[in-house]
Amino acid sequence: MSMLKIEGVHTFYGNIEALKGIDMEVNEGEIVTLIGANGAGKTTLLMTCCGSPQASKGRILFEDQDISRMPTHEICRLGIQQSPEGRRIFPRMSVYENLQMGASTQDPKYFEEDLEMVFDLFPRLKERINQRAGTMSGGEQQMLAIGRALMGRPRLLLLDEPSLGIAPLVVKQIFETIKKINREKKVTVFLVEQNAFHALKLAHRGYVMVNGNITLSGTGAELLANPEVRAAYLEGGH
Amino acid sequence: MSALITSSRISGAEIVKELAFFAVIALLMSVMILGVETVDRPTGLELAVRWDLVITAIISTIIGRLALIIRREHISRIGQAVLITVAAVAVFEMFVRFREMDDRWASPVFIDMAFGSVTSIVLAIAFIAIVFAIAYFSMKKVAAEEEESGSNLSAKIQLAYRTNTKKIGALGIVFFIIFPFLFGENRSAIDLATLVMIYIMLGWGLNIVVGLAGLLDLGYVAFYAVGAYSYALLSQHFDLSFWLCLPLAGIFAASFGIILGFPVLRLRGDYLAIVTLGFGEIIRVVLINWYDLTGGPDGISSIERPSFFGLAEFDRRLPEGVMGFNELFGLDYSTMHRLIFLYYLILVLALVTAFVTVRLRKLPIGRAWEALREDEIACRSLGINPTNTKLSAFAIGAMFGGFAGAFFATRQGFISPESFTFLESAVILAIVVLGGMGSQIGVVLAAIVMIGFPEMFRELAEYRMLIFGAGMVAIMLWRPRGLLSFRDPTILLNMSKKEKVAGEVK
Repeated sequence: MSMLKIEGVHTFYGNIEALKGIDMEVNEGEIVTLIGANGAGKTTLLMTCCGSPQASKGRILFEDQDISRMPTHEICRLGIQQSPEGRRIFPRMSVYENLQMGASTQDPKYFEEDLEMVFDLFPRLKERINQRAGTMSGGEQQMLAIGRALMGRPRLLLLDEPSLGIAPLVVKQIFETIKKINREKKVTVFLVEQNAFHALKLAHRGYVMVNGNITLSGTGAELLANPEVRAAYLEGGH
Repeated sequence: MSALITSSRISGAEIVKELAFFAVIALLMSVMILGVETVDRPTGLELAVRWDLVITAIISTIIGRLALIIRREHISRIGQAVLITVAAVAVFEMFVRFREMDDRWASPVFIDMAFGSVTSIVLAIAFIAIVFAIAYFSMKKVAAEEEESGSNLSAKIQLAYRTNTKKIGALGIVFFIIFPFLFGENRSAIDLATLVMIYIMLGWGLNIVVGLAGLLDLGYVAFYAVGAYSYALLSQHFDLSFWLCLPLAGIFAASFGIILGFPVLRLRGDYLAIVTLGFGEIIRVVLINWYDLTGGPDGISSIERPSFFGLAEFDRRLPEGVMGFNELFGLDYSTMHRLIFLYYLILVLALVTAFVTVRLRKLPIGRAWEALREDEIACRSLGINPTNTKLSAFAIGAMFGGFAGAFFATRQGFISPESFTFLESAVILAIVVLGGMGSQIGVVLAAIVMIGFPEMFRELAEYRMLIFGAGMVAIMLWRPRGLLSFRDPTILLNMSKKEKVAGEVK
């Protein structure tokens, strides 16, 4: 069953058309990745799903409910949480307070349980619990951003470039955890990445975006084997 | 001179160059400010040149700079002390000269004064000796330890403050409670303390908006004005008592907070500041021009004073059947009773503000304010409604401004738009910023520095504001983020605050 369905979405920044009619689908229980170069519109698509900016044409359905005209904070209450681009943790607040903020839409009775769950996934955060979030390393901040999103008990988790500016070893660790979240916590994941190799290896399905259009789609393995994808996103790196 | 300089890090030529540079700057700055004077002669105004002052300024600059160089380059202790002493004498010289500008100069004032009589010689020598001793001993550990000990000291102070915040706060509260017992007979002390307390309360109120929610509000005085006028008008036209009007004034101010909040929801930073500034001015201009309601520039006078919770009055002559405060407690009549009562009233109001703020910080709404200050986009994506969060910050901040305004009206007995100018907003904002955004105790310190000190040093006349300005510059140089600018988490898990702070300071 499709959990998130994007139908013919156009998004504008002023006069610039950033998304030129996107159709895609995320099914329940999947990890779906969206790869593409800088400026292709990946982040815009993810943010459009969250309602900021709003799509000017097309529909976005979350569990058959049209969310394309809803304000961001209400969309999030439906069970969509995100780890935004650049992580956007609250730098002057402690790790614990950041996690509290993540749980602000939830009933406090789940808090302890969810906190344990997050610390289980990211033991590093437990060590840093009283530290100011802004003083942590990039990898730890990314863990915090994902942990914070998980505190909101999402059914769909949107991740925007979790590998950005993080040491390769830590990237691997984070991707392992994403897999674990998907498999054990039954959270559907929509992953936007530039690190195509890792993302496609992890994902069940993938989409490739070029200049505001989806040009290719398929399973992770198919895309990894696709010569176009290899030439554009994989050769020369990794 | 070269014998004094034992350091090899800097050559004589470099020192001369540096000194020359600062001499030129001193010349440029002093020539227009100190160097020219308009003199009223029978023929009309004429310009008189005062080269002696300019030269004094340049010499003191050179000496001061030299002292800095010596300190910076770790040159011998005696050398430093000598130079600092000479510099102190030069500054003193300049200060005296500046005060008595009519005295045309023959010989340096200091020497004149020093050789006037035996006593003055002794005094002059004692002055030099004291300055020298201070300079000498303050530089005891000049060489390598100097910087370290400096930062150690500030780290120690920081540690002491952060681990004992509650105790310091409690001590402060106790001090303010016993204050009238210490200075009960001193009318001006109580008046000043009340004034400082009003600003502490305003600072705490604005702190919610600026410090916690991060919304730069330059028109806070508008809510203060709304509170003051609400009370004044309600009590005059409907004969309502202060105790009934106080919550009403708060509600009115809060609704004005929401009215301001709506149009500025999408604005941040500079743009928000401009709109709030405009809002503050709009309120003031309306107060001036709506003559029928507000009395315009004439203001509203003979505003009713508060009673003792409706039980007793403070006036000397009372109508039949009204109990006097002194009768109620069996005391002799004193005009101080009312002042001390007002002082306690504002103290309680301010403490309520502080208490509510501290409580709110621990509740989801307070946490949401702080998160909103840090990152609005992240807040939205976590399901926090930014509209409600911002409006609640504006409303609650404004409400406390309204309470303070009602108190102000009842204390003064007279209000006019004059009291609610932009300068007031700026002062309140300065209190919050100087105190360290978000710090409750910082606001108290800053209010004392900003309001208390200028009042206490009124005798310094025109130098008062000069020193005030220098103080502001100094605070911003040494503590650019405010006097007490630490944000500690409100909740710590599995760790005492002491451990955490100690770990961080190291």
